[in-house]
Amino acid sequence: MNKKIARKADTWILDGNRAAAQGAKLSRVQVIAAYPITPQSPVTERLSEFVEKRELDAQYIAVESEHSALAVCTSASMVGARTFTATSSHGLAYMHEMLHWAAGARLPVVLACVNRAIGAPWNVLNDQQDSVSQRDTGWIQVYARNNQEILDSIIQAYRIAESIYVPVMVCYDGYVLSHTEMPVDVPSQEAVDRFLPRYKPHTILDPANPKNYNLVTLANPRINAEGVLCHGYMELRYLLQEALQNSRETIVKVGQEFGELFGRSYASMFWEDRLDDADVVIVAMGSLAMEAIVAADMLREGGHKVGVLGLRVFRPFPKAELARALEKSRLVVIFDKNISYGLEGATCSEIKSALYGSPARAVIRDFIVGLGGRDVKAREMADAVKRSLLSVNEGDLNREYAEWICAI
Amino acid sequence: MPNGYVLFEGDYAMKTTAVNITEKEYLLPGNRTCPGCALSLAYRYILKALEGQVIVTVPASCLTVLHGMYPVTSVTVPCVNTPFATTAASATGLVAGLKALGKEGLTVLAVAGDGGTHDIGIQALSAAAERQTDFLYICYDNEGYMNTGNQRSGSTPLGAISGTTPIVGKQQNQKDIAAIMEAHGIPYVATANASYPLDLYEKVRKAKMIRGTRFIHVFVPCSPGWGFPFSETIKIGRLAVETGWVILYEVEDGVFRLTSASESIAEKSNLKPLREYLVEQGRFKNITEEQIGILQRWVNARWKRCLDRAGDSQS
Amino acid sequence: MGTRDCQHICDESSPAVGEAGKTGEWRDSFPVIDQEKCLPARQNKPSCFLCWLYCPDAVVSRTIPIRIDMEYCKGCGICAQICPVHAISMANEAGFCRDKTD
Repeated sequence: MNKKIARKADTWILDGNRAAAQGAKLSRVQVIAAYPITPQSPVTERLSEFVEKRELDAQYIAVESEHSALAVCTSASMVGARTFTATSSHGLAYMHEMLHWAAGARLPVVLACVNRAIGAPWNVLNDQQDSVSQRDTGWIQVYARNNQEILDSIIQAYRIAESIYVPVMVCYDGYVLSHTEMPVDVPSQEAVDRFLPRYKPHTILDPANPKNYNLVTLANPRINAEGVLCHGYMELRYLLQEALQNSRETIVKVGQEFGELFGRSYASMFWEDRLDDADVVIVAMGSLAMEAIVAADMLREGGHKVGVLGLRVFRPFPKAELARALEKSRLVVIFDKNISYGLEGATCSEIKSALYGSPARAVIRDFIVGLGGRDVKAREMADAVKRSLLSVNEGDLNREYAEWICAI
Repeated sequence: MPNGYVLFEGDYAMKTTAVNITEKEYLLPGNRTCPGCALSLAYRYILKALEGQVIVTVPASCLTVLHGMYPVTSVTVPCVNTPFATTAASATGLVAGLKALGKEGLTVLAVAGDGGTHDIGIQALSAAAERQTDFLYICYDNEGYMNTGNQRSGSTPLGAISGTTPIVGKQQNQKDIAAIMEAHGIPYVATANASYPLDLYEKVRKAKMIRGTRFIHVFVPCSPGWGFPFSETIKIGRLAVETGWVILYEVEDGVFRLTSASESIAEKSNLKPLREYLVEQGRFKNITEEQIGILQRWVNARWKRCLDRAGDSQS
Repeated sequence: MGTRDCQHICDESSPAVGEAGKTGEWRDSFPVIDQEKCLPARQNKPSCFLCWLYCPDAVVSRTIPIRIDMEYCKGCGICAQICPVHAISMANEAGFCRDKTD
């Protein structure tokens, strides 16, 4: 492989939505089905423009709902087409049934989720309640911190999805990224073609070899006409779980290969910033992880040894890796742009579960922030960390619920 | 010729007959449908007409039951199952995928029940038709959610007892799905009935040759759901046509034509009273005289509209 | 004994006769053909075949004489109803079983 050619890229000024559309275009998607919703709409507009201009040889289906968008993608994927859709918030919620279906049928659909708050009441601004609410649908979830990561993650998403037959959701923050322009290296089509082979479906839809998919499946295994014992419903579910468990290896390998070709490595499930000497670690997901770096700078100026862990992959959840990374920390401060009502932020719960039984003994604090587009300032994050340190030093170790940074 | 034989005259008036129609079957014996299932019968002829060159998409419905349980299917054509509301969207995906891959020569066939068409699937169906998606949609109508145990649907008739209209019967009449689909301006809309399999076969053959969205409504009497003996499936289906409850027609590029038995009933002006059809079914046991009157007037008005349209097409 | 040998990663089914088992066992009555009356048999040429046409389960053969696959015939009785010359009648399944064992 000629790495020089692969690394030749143009730097464009792109907002997150355009970066996502470019990522899909470079991945040579063949069927696109999408329904407009703020703040995702520009993604679908760009893609339909690519198709109408014949810059992209794809079928663009302007469906009447997100539920149909994903149904178009699942069936097109079964035929053997590479499929793409994008949505936000209520659109993702409306897809919920089809999210389960896509993963259950092991179809490598890639979906861009432009993270937006969910009603009632109406709110079009950013938080991550929409995608976090879909964590149990069997999709891989990747969160981008900036527009470069959006583009890169979509290209990688197809490699990952199509090698293990699990759908991938690439999430990025509405407005914060979707409508904010920043420099993005756009790789050449030739380089992407080398990285991303053609999609080979595991399904066969051919009258000469007529298979039926997703029929009613019994609880127990059943013998086929040739006498082979086939799965029951539970075995099929186990295989999906197994695929997600094993996908960590694929995600890291694909991220590493991407780095070798394009000069930007994604060989980890999370981003680390100054963790080596940190006794306090801030954890955040998506663009908030960038803000956390600014907060860490402020705290470091005040003499605190603070690092940042930016969660990149939320499903599969990198339990073991995370426990190792947080092993030396005294305090872990998590900022969640979501809330699992009645408990706490979802990433907080996941991290607690990851640390259980590990040598890590950090005190954990969770802050719910930024819901419905509420601005999250680095100063507020730094203050929250300082408050947490103070209370921990006073012996306040466990808090039953998350703290909210809001005006109540 | 024995007396009963004239009943089947309509079938023999067409060029395809029981003697010369293809013998090849795409539906295997030993499937899961109830004895005397009209859907099973109709599906036999739908697949014969398409000669197996088809990819089928099926939502939750009695047809899912017919297709079988993993890892065995009773049908020898490729099929994907899809969630209830998504039949036409799934078909759209199949069409788009085949096109993207440059695969030609296959009909994408969506087959859903009345629940999956009149109710939960109508949004996706309407949109697929509006997008002029190149596929054949067949609604098999057993006038209720039969697979879940006979609950009322948007197609259940006025006065019918169902699982969710258990005592007084349904208080509203059904919607006319074929007329709704015709309003989409699609190139082919037809109605058919499992009791007239050759008429159904001809319509599917014709639909296969047309590009764009094609819609066929197939009436399928349901023995356990409607309360009549298994053996009378064909008789009930014929009574539906003979009384005008079902009218067999097709609309090709806007041109209306009565077909098969409905055509000959129009010629002979011998529509039977609707009561003859209703009294044969347990589901109408509590229907009131007033409701029968409402239904009869509804049938008369629709029959007149069809006669007028048939006349307009001829003149 | 595990299920990995089937190699499926999702629910993929292949066609086979008798997916629901021997559906002939569902019957409570069974069709009896009187070949003396049956039109194709009487005329010894392909004709009528309405029993074949209307069978929902495709278990009637379009042959002379016609045959019914009793392994899978569910005994619905449509063929008996539809026969224009009343060549098919439905007989009680219990009686049939007794006759066979006697």
